Amino acid sequence: MERKLDLDPAAIQRCRHAAGAIADEVLGFAAERTTVSIERAVLRWMGVEGGDTDCIPLVNRVVDAAGVAGLLDRGVALPFAEAVRASGLPPTDAARAIAEGRLPLRAPDAEFESAARDMARTLSAIGADRVRRTNRTRQRFLERLGEGSRPLLYVIVASGNIHEDTVQAKVCAKAGAQVVAVIRSTAQSLLDYIPEGATTEGYGGTYATQANFRIMRAALDDASEDVGCYVRQCNYASGLCMPEMATLGALERLDVMLNDALYGILFRDINMQRTLTDQAFSRRVSAAAGLIINTGEDNYLTTADAFDAAHTVLASEFINEQIALRCGLKPAQLGLGHAMQMNPWREDMFLYEVAQARMAREIFPDCPLKYMPPTKYMTGDIFLGHVQDALFSLASVMTGQGIHLLGMMTEAMHTPHIHDRTLALESTRMIATAARHLEDEIEFKPGGLIQTRARVVLGGAVGLLEQVRDEGLFGALAHGRFADIRRAPDGGRGLDGVVVKATGYWNPVEDSLDTLLAERDAEVVR
Amino acid sequence: MTNDDSPTRIPSGIDLHAIGPYGDTLGDGIVQVSFSLPIPASPEAREAARRLAVQMGLNEPQIYREADLGYGFSFWIVYGKCRHHVDVTRIVVPKITSAALSFEEINALVLDNAGRRLRIVGACTGTDAHTVGIDAILNMKGFAGEYGLERYPAFEVFNLGSQVTNGTLLAKVRETGADAVLVSQVVTQKDVHLSNLAEWVDMVEADGLRQGLLLLCGGPRITHEVALELGFDAGFGAGTTPRQVAAWLAQEWVRRKK
Repeated sequence: MERKLDLDPAAIQRCRHAAGAIADEVLGFAAERTTVSIERAVLRWMGVEGGDTDCIPLVNRVVDAAGVAGLLDRGVALPFAEAVRASGLPPTDAARAIAEGRLPLRAPDAEFESAARDMARTLSAIGADRVRRTNRTRQRFLERLGEGSRPLLYVIVASGNIHEDTVQAKVCAKAGAQVVAVIRSTAQSLLDYIPEGATTEGYGGTYATQANFRIMRAALDDASEDVGCYVRQCNYASGLCMPEMATLGALERLDVMLNDALYGILFRDINMQRTLTDQAFSRRVSAAAGLIINTGEDNYLTTADAFDAAHTVLASEFINEQIALRCGLKPAQLGLGHAMQMNPWREDMFLYEVAQARMAREIFPDCPLKYMPPTKYMTGDIFLGHVQDALFSLASVMTGQGIHLLGMMTEAMHTPHIHDRTLALESTRMIATAARHLEDEIEFKPGGLIQTRARVVLGGAVGLLEQVRDEGLFGALAHGRFADIRRAPDGGRGLDGVVVKATGYWNPVEDSLDTLLAERDAEVVR
Repeated sequence: MTNDDSPTRIPSGIDLHAIGPYGDTLGDGIVQVSFSLPIPASPEAREAARRLAVQMGLNEPQIYREADLGYGFSFWIVYGKCRHHVDVTRIVVPKITSAALSFEEINALVLDNAGRRLRIVGACTGTDAHTVGIDAILNMKGFAGEYGLERYPAFEVFNLGSQVTNGTLLAKVRETGADAVLVSQVVTQKDVHLSNLAEWVDMVEADGLRQGLLLLCGGPRITHEVALELGFDAGFGAGTTPRQVAAWLAQEWVRRKK
């Protein structure tokens, strides 16, 4: 990576060092805990699907039963495997029998302990095989069709109806979209279960369900063949069901998932102990499944001022990076988030935005970076909005961003209409083509506005990260260091789903994840 | 309209009884529209787009862009001459008529007349997760350089944040003995915000709390007129500053007390 900003390597080192200490604190905390959603993810990994007659997911019924029986602090895997072993039923049927009270859920008797453990390992290995196959399928698609040029153009669909979404997604693919994200129905992140089945009604988005993932995957595979480029599917590993969403993403071949260490805490008021524990497991799943995670720092700038709070974005990128690397993710899997959100009427705003975008590029040279378009100052004037988006696209292309979220001229009005996306894709492709090698041609004036801006933001991040390290992340969140929002360690939703592990806690899926990551690393070496 | 050089004056020679769109010549009626059709681009689709424009009231429609979006959709940009006009003299739009007051005047008006702080409950209701509107009006920091209602000594503010059910909001109104409730609706889909707002007014009335309670709503799709239709006392659209809301609240509360 060519260094154009003359950033101080020692300052970057200090940031990584402080963020590393913060990551160690968080992951040490998480290692001692499990959550109801992690345990449900274990069951999903083992092949449990579907809901009961009231459409309550079977994984919820089984984990709730484990909670009532006081089994969760040792993990649901062993008692569930014992139920499968004793009954001889396939996982989903065994889960249904447990939900209906026809099959007991309990720790195995001593004589069956070893057989139950073998059963748990077998079920976990079946999940691992599915993930292996999924990864290979993606790999073959990419080898055969390629991914197109970078930045990857990323659009959202959000009609509420998965079948309508697939139509819109295909039209996007034809217009050049390389990543299609299905925005979830508003407030799904606050549900402590994943709805079941194909869904046709949602507000502000479409429910993320296992069935919907499959429907969209099939549509995007068709579109990929049509356009001769692999189109990636994106959804959200966030909210109260974060580990389960990551697991479904791994099983159903999603390619990109939104996954942020702090977003749920700050913007959805999810309890921090819950989200950080869920995070550690989710990221290991994403690592093993070859998913790109997108982090959510861009959201800070929707509440805080984009000029004044730029260093908080950078600081959070360092924290997300350090947690992710410790969970086994490779830099190429880290779509660290940032955004163009300054007031477009601020003098030299474009220079400052270019400075920040380039700064992120140079500090995280091997990460794709997810660059988010203007939303805060979009007004409903579609003509002016199109120009704001054009400025954003130019900044993105000339600073080498990896994942480019398309700005919509109808931002702040409604979820995009079918032609909004095509117009956005067309204009962005025009700019990307017209300025393809601009990045290689430009240098920045030593000590000029751009270099100085980058240096100031980096300096601010050093200060904030060292402060957060000294306060501890929990303390820093309580003091409102990010996005001007304060959160208490015991506040927010989902704390009742956090369980401190007992000494006998066992989760064979973690062993499977270790195996998959070791295989991946051996592959890289070979 | 007193100063003839004012850019907001209505020029002489304009017939307010028949106002139509203007392109570059008075009375030309020029408008642009764009839309997609759920059929592929073809000569027949082009004619369909043209006929639709005629049915929209456009004479001599010109199609300047046709694009096949793929998978059975096409996109059209059309210009035409609108054959309709409107009699502006017959239009009556309900407007908020409260005077613009300063921060100090608002506080004085409330505290002198009420002898206490007014209790204000605010929330972004339904599934809407966007607190940007309610925060801009209520939070200390405010919006557009003006303090939010929390900063006013005249108001005691309870901001419930986003994704608040109408039931939760009603319970809070009862608990606090609120004088006014602000409901924000930012992002909407298929007009869910309207049914949600209507349900809120129904609930307040069914609960017997409507009397003595000022109901306000706000958001980018809200106008005062829409708010009145839904049974609110006032509605505030995009760009509303906290002081406008505060001034209306103070004056309306005092007016009703008298």
